[in-house]
Amino acid sequence: MSKDTVFSGRVWVLAEGGHLIEDIDTDQIYHNAHLHITDIGEMGQYALGNLKGWEDFFSMAEPGDILAAGRNFGAGSSRQQAVDCFRALGVAAILAPSFGAIYFRNAVNSGFPLLRCLELSDWIQDGTLENGDRIEIDLRTGKGKNITKGSVFETEGMSRVQVAVYETGGLFAYGKAIESDGVK
Amino acid sequence: MGLTVIEKILSRRSRDDVRAGEVIWLDLDVRSARDFGGPNVVRHFDREYGEAPVADPKKTFFTFDLCVPACSIRYADNQQFCREFARKKGFRVFDVDAGIGSHVLIEEGLAASGGTVVGTDSHLNILGATGCFGQGMGDVDIAFAFKSGRTWFEVPESIRVNLTGIPSPETDAKDLTLAVIRALGTTGGALRSIEFFGDPVKRLGLAGRITLCSMVTEMAGIIGFIPEMGQAFAADYRALTGKDFSNLAPDPAASYADEITVDVDGLTPLAAAPFLPTNVKTVEELQGTPIHSGFIGSCTNGRAEDFAAAARILDGRKVKAGVMLKMVPATRRVYDDILRNGVLASLFRSGAVISNPGCGGCAEGHIGLTGKGEVQVSTGNRNFAGKQGKGEIYLTGPAVVAASCLAGEITGPEDVR
Repeated sequence: MSKDTVFSGRVWVLAEGGHLIEDIDTDQIYHNAHLHITDIGEMGQYALGNLKGWEDFFSMAEPGDILAAGRNFGAGSSRQQAVDCFRALGVAAILAPSFGAIYFRNAVNSGFPLLRCLELSDWIQDGTLENGDRIEIDLRTGKGKNITKGSVFETEGMSRVQVAVYETGGLFAYGKAIESDGVK
Repeated sequence: MGLTVIEKILSRRSRDDVRAGEVIWLDLDVRSARDFGGPNVVRHFDREYGEAPVADPKKTFFTFDLCVPACSIRYADNQQFCREFARKKGFRVFDVDAGIGSHVLIEEGLAASGGTVVGTDSHLNILGATGCFGQGMGDVDIAFAFKSGRTWFEVPESIRVNLTGIPSPETDAKDLTLAVIRALGTTGGALRSIEFFGDPVKRLGLAGRITLCSMVTEMAGIIGFIPEMGQAFAADYRALTGKDFSNLAPDPAASYADEITVDVDGLTPLAAAPFLPTNVKTVEELQGTPIHSGFIGSCTNGRAEDFAAAARILDGRKVKAGVMLKMVPATRRVYDDILRNGVLASLFRSGAVISNPGCGGCAEGHIGLTGKGEVQVSTGNRNFAGKQGKGEIYLTGPAVVAASCLAGEITGPEDVR
């Protein structure tokens, strides 16, 4: 229970023409041309490198930033690099209405918070959440505050497994913890 | 309470209460990694577990299929790094000569009905074609599975998809698959296990079942199963593995989150236009679109039947001058089959470029990528922008690819007879 579950940051809204971009796949997030890289320190420069209009994301991102994306974010391949490239940049969390299944568990295993948020598309369209807003989120409850706009919102929050793995720092640490507890 | 197919499989390999929505610990029959992802698995393993053994070397594999044989020093280094780890830990490598890992696992009988398999391949759910739970995972998951022999998994809800009607004789399993993806998009089956029913799928042989189940990934689904088995599949499975297939059906009282009917009566050939697999059109609508190249292969359409279908359309004729027809058989066994039955020679004489087995066409590092402005008809499963190079990819079946390469433009098989 050591890790802080409340944090705040600036939001990058991955939208085009006022709508969240849907079905952003792992080749747009982290292209297969860079899969030979195994050192996380080298991955940040390729984050969103194949997503039209966001090729320079790595140079604009700052630690603590939060991404907001459309439905089925992280569709496609199983590459862990598509999660790790954001961790390398210090991105704090990603919000989307839904995530690709493998992408979601890769993030859980890395202790990287992904938050499902069904109404996100509406908030972008009606201006409740805009690019550059500062927001605060409690990962455990899913409750959020838009500091810039002075409003509140709710996400689904993290599942039991997500919280447990997040708090121990990742799947490896979690695995060792449950082994030493004699659980299962 | 009745169980769905996925609940049945997971129940046999878990001590937890297997119900949709629950997170369970699952014992794994096979844990594998490829040459992409594999080196990261090794690095995680070395860092976290050091000299500790893998949980069971007989259930642990590398399957090299992406950059085979390595075309650059960095990939060659990565593969050698993995080989040395496998040698040290005492487990088997299906090396750069073997072909697509998921297909090799099926051929080797390692993806048996009711089994549980994980690996660093997002199309590993293809194993649903042989009633096996297969799941692609990232390198952290797989390193954990190498060490512990198990993984956590959230039991998905299941849906039934019923295919009805009689498709036109010009269609194949890819057209059925594209018809389903047209109906479901990336929402209908998202994060669910799909059970396909109906005569059009019951009739499919192994190759056709593989085609359908492979693209559940593009439907954003977890896995697809075909619980009814016809004669064609039973015969294929016996011929391939020497064993009878042990069919796995859901209980009559199994509970489904949704039931969808897809009518394929009179279906004509389909293709998914750039840049989404869900952007499905009839070949008739796309008729006349000029193409520069064709690709036949991938885990979706890389079986001997797929190459035979192309050879029947080409029928010894040469592809249109200037059109490049690239082919990559799924496995060494497929290569051997088409070598012996004359299909390979026939395709070669029609002008096809035929590579050694592997994942070519779908990932940088192997053959088959497209350049800017290049329009390609492909039997692959993804046409996302930038995925297979900078070109525009139309996803379709092997017969349409062959016909289009003869004509130099998108066209159906009936127009080149």
